[in-house]
Amino acid sequence: MAKRIEATNVTAYYGAFKAIENINLTVEPKTVTALIGPSGCGKSTFLRSINRMHEVLPGARVEGSLTIDDQDIYDRDVDVTAVRRMIGMVFQRPNPFPTMSIFENVVAGLRLNGIRRKSILEEAAEKALRSANLWDEVKDRLGKPGAGLSGGQQQRLCIARTIAVEPQVVLMDEPCSALDPISTLAIEDLMFQLKDKFTIVIVTHNMQQAARVSDRTAFFSIEKTGDPGRLIEYDNTQKIFSNPSVKKTEDYITGRFG
Amino acid sequence: MGETPHRSAHAGTGGTRVTSGHEWPAGASARVAETSGNPRTPIGNGLGGGGGLPKARAFGAERAFRGLTLAAGAAVLVIIAAIAVFLIAKAVPALRANTEDFWTFEGWFPNDNPPKFGIGALAFGTVLTALLALLVAVPVALGIALYLTHYAPRRIGTGLGFVIDLLAAVPSVVFGLWGRDYLVGPITDLSTWLNKYFSWIPIFGDGPYGSSILLGSLVLAIMVLPIITSLSREVFLQTPTANEEAALALGATRWEMLRTAVLPYGRPGIIAAVMLGLGRALGETIALALTLGSTYAISFNVLQSGGNTIAANIANRFAEANDTGRGALIASGLVLFAITLIVNITARAIIYRRREFTESAA
Repeated sequence: MAKRIEATNVTAYYGAFKAIENINLTVEPKTVTALIGPSGCGKSTFLRSINRMHEVLPGARVEGSLTIDDQDIYDRDVDVTAVRRMIGMVFQRPNPFPTMSIFENVVAGLRLNGIRRKSILEEAAEKALRSANLWDEVKDRLGKPGAGLSGGQQQRLCIARTIAVEPQVVLMDEPCSALDPISTLAIEDLMFQLKDKFTIVIVTHNMQQAARVSDRTAFFSIEKTGDPGRLIEYDNTQKIFSNPSVKKTEDYITGRFG
Repeated sequence: MGETPHRSAHAGTGGTRVTSGHEWPAGASARVAETSGNPRTPIGNGLGGGGGLPKARAFGAERAFRGLTLAAGAAVLVIIAAIAVFLIAKAVPALRANTEDFWTFEGWFPNDNPPKFGIGALAFGTVLTALLALLVAVPVALGIALYLTHYAPRRIGTGLGFVIDLLAAVPSVVFGLWGRDYLVGPITDLSTWLNKYFSWIPIFGDGPYGSSILLGSLVLAIMVLPIITSLSREVFLQTPTANEEAALALGATRWEMLRTAVLPYGRPGIIAAVMLGLGRALGETIALALTLGSTYAISFNVLQSGGNTIAANIANRFAEANDTGRGALIASGLVLFAITLIVNITARAIIYRRREFTESAA
């Protein structure tokens, strides 16, 4: 279920602007990897290039190679929708489909895959909602609008929607930044459980969160505004937060910059 | 605010009258006085914590504006009521004088003695042309709107959108003349062809062809196209990017993304756009007066010259009408009004049916 991600010289552009340059990084299966760094350092851009969501924006493109278990996802004849089915994504703001019920939200991805039979959908929805620790809260109102849930529940609904299609990798782009501390804790607990099955990459501005949930941490930074973001240091989380080898990392995590 | 300056001297020091009941420190009271005070008092005008709150003014810009908006709102009701009274007052004598059944008689001779006229064929023609026009226009309009918002490169999208808005600015008489003098040729050929191969479908009956419901509907379709297109384009543009990305990240293709995120989100807006188009189609006058054959028979044969609508009939017959004739035309206008009303109510009902979902979407 979980796969290794290997980025080699990944460079991403928005039109003429180079957002990240020569990122080299390997994410091990069944781990949580945190991407941290100051705003604008390209960590979200890198995350979005892992499931080819970066290129959705007009003028955006990616160079270099990104492989998932030795398969290059930027290969010319790779179906981009297949890549995104394999690599799910949870966004910064909870974004359940507003016109759909809770149930429809969870099975949206399965329906896109052509699964129509009600019993299969119901089973998958329950499984995904249980994995997202949301089942008990919503089991009696699956037909109600997903947008009617609280922010934290919506985000767990989005996680359920993402894992319902059983991806190999789950990308999370600051999944807790719009949530209160209790909902944040619920999501962090969830990450611990999910890493048994999935490879998780999370972008976060919250360094305590990175320290709490991740096994490995990658620190991104930029020289100055307008420069491309670079990977400064990538190591075990414990090492990064206790004894980083690069001065800049230390400055950032101790709050002296960024 | 002439009476206030002596109070501003207390700003920040905390007037005892305000703070006495609270445990807040003195400095906080300035803020308390401003925010908990009369909401009509502008914040930050130096009114400090001291003293009582300023009185609401008996007359000010706020009240004047409220009065103005109330008058504007009431004016609409008055105008509608006045129109209704006028229409009914004019229509009733003509309806009394009618010697045939107003609903079923297929003909329009209100100037004769005795007067004979019926609305059935006109109402039928009105609804049929409008529905046919929508049948053609809606899929095309939605297609254009989706192309403009989600497929076209930005520059082409803007340019094409501009051209379509231009189409809305063409006067309807121009469309009418174009339909009558130019489009009628191709439509006659198309009618012949349709009749040759599809005459087993009853709506593609025998000729003569030309100024038919088909011609009128197609001209009408072109006329309502820009309205539906530009409204639904606005609706599609409002889809939250987050929802589109959510669909894409689940592995949706572009079309699946549109179906999962964009179309359901825009559904109430699309319905509203279609209903506005239908409203225009129902009320369109001169283009149909020029393109339809002006007959008074109920027929589903859309190819045969003929057809008529309430509005077109009013335009064609008003000049020659005597008193009863005008009353009869006004009565037909009332029926058109009723049809439009029913359409609008239906649209609202459809939009409100899934309100639970659409409201949380907003």
